[in-house]
Amino acid sequence: MKIVVCINHVPDTETRVTIAQDGKTIDKTKVNYILNPYDEFAIEECLRLKEKFGGNVIAISLGGDAHKETLRKALAMGVDRAILLRDDSTRDSFAVAKALAEAIKDLAPDIIFFGKQSIDYDDAQVGTLVAEMLALPSVSVVVKLEITDGKATAQREIEGGHEIVEVSLPAVFTAQKGLNEPRYPSLRGIMAAKSKPIEERPALSVSSKVEVLAMRKPPAKSPGRIVGADASAVPELVRLLHEEAKVV
Amino acid sequence: MKILAFVEQREGKFRKSAFEVSRTARNLADQLGGDSVGVVVGSAVEAIGEELGGFGIERVLAVDDPRLRQYSSTAYARIVEAIARREEAEILLAAASAMGKDLMPRVAVKLDAGVAMDCTSLRVENGEVIATRPVYAGKALVDVRINSRVKVFTLRPNVFTAGVNNGKRARVENVAVELGDSDFGSRVKELHRASGRPDVTEAQIIVSGGRGLKGPENFHLIEELADVLGAAVGASRAVVDAGWRPHDEQVGQTGKTVSPTLYIACGISGAVQHLAGMSSSRYIVAINKDKEAPIFQVADYGIVGDVFEILPALTKELKNLLGKE
Repeated sequence: MKIVVCINHVPDTETRVTIAQDGKTIDKTKVNYILNPYDEFAIEECLRLKEKFGGNVIAISLGGDAHKETLRKALAMGVDRAILLRDDSTRDSFAVAKALAEAIKDLAPDIIFFGKQSIDYDDAQVGTLVAEMLALPSVSVVVKLEITDGKATAQREIEGGHEIVEVSLPAVFTAQKGLNEPRYPSLRGIMAAKSKPIEERPALSVSSKVEVLAMRKPPAKSPGRIVGADASAVPELVRLLHEEAKVV
Repeated sequence: MKILAFVEQREGKFRKSAFEVSRTARNLADQLGGDSVGVVVGSAVEAIGEELGGFGIERVLAVDDPRLRQYSSTAYARIVEAIARREEAEILLAAASAMGKDLMPRVAVKLDAGVAMDCTSLRVENGEVIATRPVYAGKALVDVRINSRVKVFTLRPNVFTAGVNNGKRARVENVAVELGDSDFGSRVKELHRASGRPDVTEAQIIVSGGRGLKGPENFHLIEELADVLGAAVGASRAVVDAGWRPHDEQVGQTGKTVSPTLYIACGISGAVQHLAGMSSSRYIVAINKDKEAPIFQVADYGIVGDVFEILPALTKELKNLLGKE
């Protein structure tokens, strides 16, 4: 089974965002970058599929040099090959997807995995865009996946429930938290990853369709009032919610 | 200019977001000088289409086919594409729901359109639509413009106002779109409903619990309060990672970003990634025994105290107020 997993390099969840001089991006100094958390579930699922069905897993990341760090982590977890689609510009999801689709086409995989969204732009569309560009079926926000005889049955999370979706392979999936418990790279894996090559090629140049005009911080919420220190404050809290806020 | 509103229904009932999308389409049409047209897809949906009239949509196109009873991203995308082309629509709106987020990227590729996902506001400036959307789970906001001819915007549920149903009826036209078996590449076989409680992304009120609850066996205190309020149950990352609560309840950067009218945080200290996911709630109540907890920095009302003492009292007080016994 030939498997491709597309991964991203993003600021960690503890990051306190400040806006950069350009007024359109975040200030990247002092920001710690990590493998996008949802992509960890995607990598883990791909490794499990490989362990079950044989084959190999190729990780692809689009971005600058820094993305090599994230590709190394994927290699350390057990991915067989890593490809960096080099691109130092800023592009929207459409332009990212187009370049990924172009690179994936030549690899002709049976399964293509993404995290359900990158936790930087929260766009949640690259995986599905790639599926449509490659004319493949897809299931997004997957929390459970079973593969038998070239068919996949995936459980996807929806509001207040789940959908069970059937697709034929090749297909695209995007991983949601809960799909699995990602492994930690073993020391042997980390050592082996250091000597594995990261293949580099330029990302297809594509113009973006969505343009960021400005970035700003949301209006700061000012701290409200402490109503009390024990259960005796409850009637006053309920009165405030009912009469002042009018929300109950 | 035509504005197409994809209105979501499941099992023959519109979701609340359908009305939010309808009203927003109407508002945009008024500002841009155009028409708003509703699109509803499913099985036996023709009859429900007219209800959208109450939310500003005069004309609804219904695609009715037994094979469309359950959602299929590939077939639904073909339909929305076909209608957008026929109507020469330049703006497409849908909810940023599980369905909308799955469907609209496919539609966009077919129409060579850009997608602004999960918008929290749309405004018209010099005849152009500028969308605001949260990034980094709400730690920042961006204003974006779509430069392709056809533009797709998905709207975060629970943020845009649906307004009051004025009781008007929309004109419903049944529309045929040819679909072959190959259009059903991905198809929902079954739908499973979880608890009877609302989902955190759609709820007006969320009662959320964190590590201060001390163990999964104590979450009945959260559930009891939630049920009195008809609220959703939320959870912090710590308790989800500990396996106390299911993943779909997690609020924060690696969970759901929510904007309810009221968010009650119980025993949650307020890590950066949690605050990012819930700070845009209209009112926030924090109950925590540590008065230095960051959650109090964003709370409108706080009680510094023991959740085990306060939660039962709060549930009882609200029961009395709401007359639920």
